Amino acid sequence: MRQIVSKAVRTRGGKAGLGSLAAFVVLALAAAGCGSSSPTTNKSSGTTTGHAGGTFTILANSAFGVADPAQNYTLEEWQLLIDSHDGLVTFAKVAGVAGTKIVPDLATSIPTPTNGGKTYVFNIRRGIKFSNGQTLKPSDFVTTFERQFTVPGPTSFYSGIVGASSCSTKGCNLAKSGGVVANNSNYTLTINLTAPDPELMDQLSLPFADVVPAGTSLKLTGNNVPPGTGPYMWKSYNPNTEAVLVRNPYFHVWNTVAQPAGNPNEIIEKYGLQVSSEVTQVLNGQADEVFDGDSIPSDQLTTLNSSQYTSQVHVNTLTADYYMALNTTRAPFNNLDARQAINYAANRAAYVKIYGGSSLAVPACQILPPNFPSYKPFCPYTSGAQTVWSGPDLTKAKALVKASGTAGQKVVVDSTNDQVGTALAEQMVSDLNAIGYKASTQLLTAANQYPYIQNSANAGTWNIAYSAWFQDYPAPSDFLNVLLGCGTIHKNSDASPNIAEFCDPAIQKLINEAEADEATNPSQAASLWTQVDHMDTQQAAWVDLFNPKQIDVLAKTVQGYKWNPQWYILIDQLWLNK
Amino acid sequence: MAAVAEQVSVPGLRPATAGRNPWALAWRRLRRNRIALAALVLFLLIVVLSLAAPLYAHDIAHDGNVLSPNLNGTTLVHGKLTPVMQQGGGVLKLGEAPIGPTWDLSHYFLGADGIGRDVAGLLLYGGRASLQIGVSSAVICCVVATLVALVAGFFGGLTDTILSRLMDIIWAFPVYLLAISIATVLLTKSTGIQVGFLHVSATSLWTPTVIIGFIYVPYVYRPVRGQVLSVVNKEFVEAAIAQGASNVRLIFSEILPNVVSTVIVLMPLMIATTILTEAALSFLSVGVQPPNVSWGTIINNGQALLYTRPWVSLAPGIMIVLTVLSLNVLGDGVRDALDPRAKLRVG
Repeated sequence: MRQIVSKAVRTRGGKAGLGSLAAFVVLALAAAGCGSSSPTTNKSSGTTTGHAGGTFTILANSAFGVADPAQNYTLEEWQLLIDSHDGLVTFAKVAGVAGTKIVPDLATSIPTPTNGGKTYVFNIRRGIKFSNGQTLKPSDFVTTFERQFTVPGPTSFYSGIVGASSCSTKGCNLAKSGGVVANNSNYTLTINLTAPDPELMDQLSLPFADVVPAGTSLKLTGNNVPPGTGPYMWKSYNPNTEAVLVRNPYFHVWNTVAQPAGNPNEIIEKYGLQVSSEVTQVLNGQADEVFDGDSIPSDQLTTLNSSQYTSQVHVNTLTADYYMALNTTRAPFNNLDARQAINYAANRAAYVKIYGGSSLAVPACQILPPNFPSYKPFCPYTSGAQTVWSGPDLTKAKALVKASGTAGQKVVVDSTNDQVGTALAEQMVSDLNAIGYKASTQLLTAANQYPYIQNSANAGTWNIAYSAWFQDYPAPSDFLNVLLGCGTIHKNSDASPNIAEFCDPAIQKLINEAEADEATNPSQAASLWTQVDHMDTQQAAWVDLFNPKQIDVLAKTVQGYKWNPQWYILIDQLWLNK
Repeated sequence: MAAVAEQVSVPGLRPATAGRNPWALAWRRLRRNRIALAALVLFLLIVVLSLAAPLYAHDIAHDGNVLSPNLNGTTLVHGKLTPVMQQGGGVLKLGEAPIGPTWDLSHYFLGADGIGRDVAGLLLYGGRASLQIGVSSAVICCVVATLVALVAGFFGGLTDTILSRLMDIIWAFPVYLLAISIATVLLTKSTGIQVGFLHVSATSLWTPTVIIGFIYVPYVYRPVRGQVLSVVNKEFVEAAIAQGASNVRLIFSEILPNVVSTVIVLMPLMIATTILTEAALSFLSVGVQPPNVSWGTIINNGQALLYTRPWVSLAPGIMIVLTVLSLNVLGDGVRDALDPRAKLRVG
């Protein structure tokens, strides 16, 4: 009954309608180090000593779609792209909390912004080659950033670059506009922004900004992944069969934290098996890993509890929310009492069981997930003490429904028609009926449901909509502004992540202040974000259900497991004890 | 019934069946067919069991509604209070497994499904939904198809051409693709379907009923139209025309009685087909919508539990097999009884 699927279609800077891409974007400040043996690295050769060799085989239910790094927005490809490509900066490729730190990658250091926080000058490393033998130059980054706009994809991450507003899929010239200026003689790259953006380094750490050679087509490259600078290169990718990565002969280690050498000689990801078959094959040693985005059926979760598999199964906490967005544009949930009532009535223990039980999820109380920056525990919608969720409070919920004058109204719960989505919707219907509403379900396929509930044109057909959000990077704005800010409501667009269409001018004012303070006064910003989190929770635009955990299933022969909060399992750091 | 009257009114020739009502004759033939009778009894038994669902549910419902989730509930197993959903064991404690069959009629006889509901209770309620949709959609389909076939076959010419091509267009679509497309569109209309004073909510059982009834119209239309064409030029029709009968009277008094046996033969076979279609659509989540259940939705729910709780999927699967088998055997029996020479088949 477990599902880990996120669809983080994002829009920033008011630019809506950017294509719906199912995404599975991650990161957690949470603990779960899980690091084990770390192989020593031979810096001159770029290969690890002792553990190098072999073919590491991943089994995934389906492929990740189009492979172009400027478009792909899935964890499935990102877990491979971080082994074949590099950006200016990146999240440290290490296990545990240290993995949330941003470190220089192809830049020699992280620059301090000038020009009031609007200009960044990066010194680019010399002597690095792409997997096709071409030498890396600063001008390669100009093409990379221009492709963010000429290739259809979530360009909003970089829409703050000067000149970006005049870019489109028809063309883009950031060098001419002065947005991205390369100096190939002194190996510097200057990025100019229209306004200070304290999250720029987070955004540059995402694989969208991974550098590709200057000659790369400005159009979508389809299933051909352009050359990168990492320890591996893409030999082939066929969404119907497999992706194959082999060693990049030109790679050498320049920063062991940003891009260490990989262990397997070859990484293969095979597609098309049922998840149950994937688990069986991995447990039998016929493959090495079940892709961690695949939902393992309830039956096999029980199987994995056997003591013989303890060393092969790893569970980690994610910074993600599974929630029900309340439609604040229409009755009954345009009424605060009604919204708070269903928050009190929601039986979060039941939702946790649907997801696979307490070892795979914990009841959620507030918008920000535990162990996230600015997170301070706040649990108003529970019976008993208000520190952790202990049970629904139906008495309070019924009183609020009565006070709201909405009792007996019809409520439509929109969800996905897969097992977990259906079960969550049925439980929500039960919770709503228990406090006097007449609830029914509206179940759509997962591919249709997320764009459907985002589009305000459909808001008249539902009252509560199931969704999930996995962080892009560890910044409170990624939840509080993206999902509940006034600026992320894009009318009649399929890419309007504020599904509840919740907009509170007072809260938005605090969000703006927090963003402004991030560069100059981080502690004040953190305090403001905490305040925003608690205020949003009190305004109850969501019923926050639970924070999920994630399972990795590996073959017995796999060693060196490391779990990074941003990228999850570090595939290239695994080694095969065969 | 002119044609039938002709057969039995020839003086001097009095075979054993002379003077008998043709329906009585058919019933007599059917009664002699023991396999068909056994199938009828089996089908009726399934119907009675499904209709008795509330009686069973009264005993086992945890909060007055056997269809709502019971994830935090408990039940008695050998006199001991046991959680309906049980956390996985070992060090990792992964997953929540529903309780298995207790073989106690009052306490989760066939175990629980993935959200803690009594599978036996679901099976009975699911049977009600599956049978209701199967029978209703088959009736809708046969009535609509017969009316269209009567009009097309009787008037012929342009009317026949237009109606037949319209049927061909519907027939050209793969059944399930068409049904899934229509269902997906209708399910997004939370206000349901409004046709004049008739309102059907999106989650109503009538939504899949109407969809399934509609998509099979051409499958009944074809053989019935053929029958109409073979009857429309018979002497008794010409005699009725000569007597000044109106078109309506010709269609409903002269032609319909002579093609209705074809429809009756098709009916049980259509019910079997529509039950299978409903199960398939519900399995794909575009048929019966929560909180209602059907055998198809229960099989779907049981997919993730096939290894540890196979009864969740097996039980409704067995019910579908028994129901469809009984209807197919009964259909063959009815066909033999009404027209032993006919070779009608559906699908």
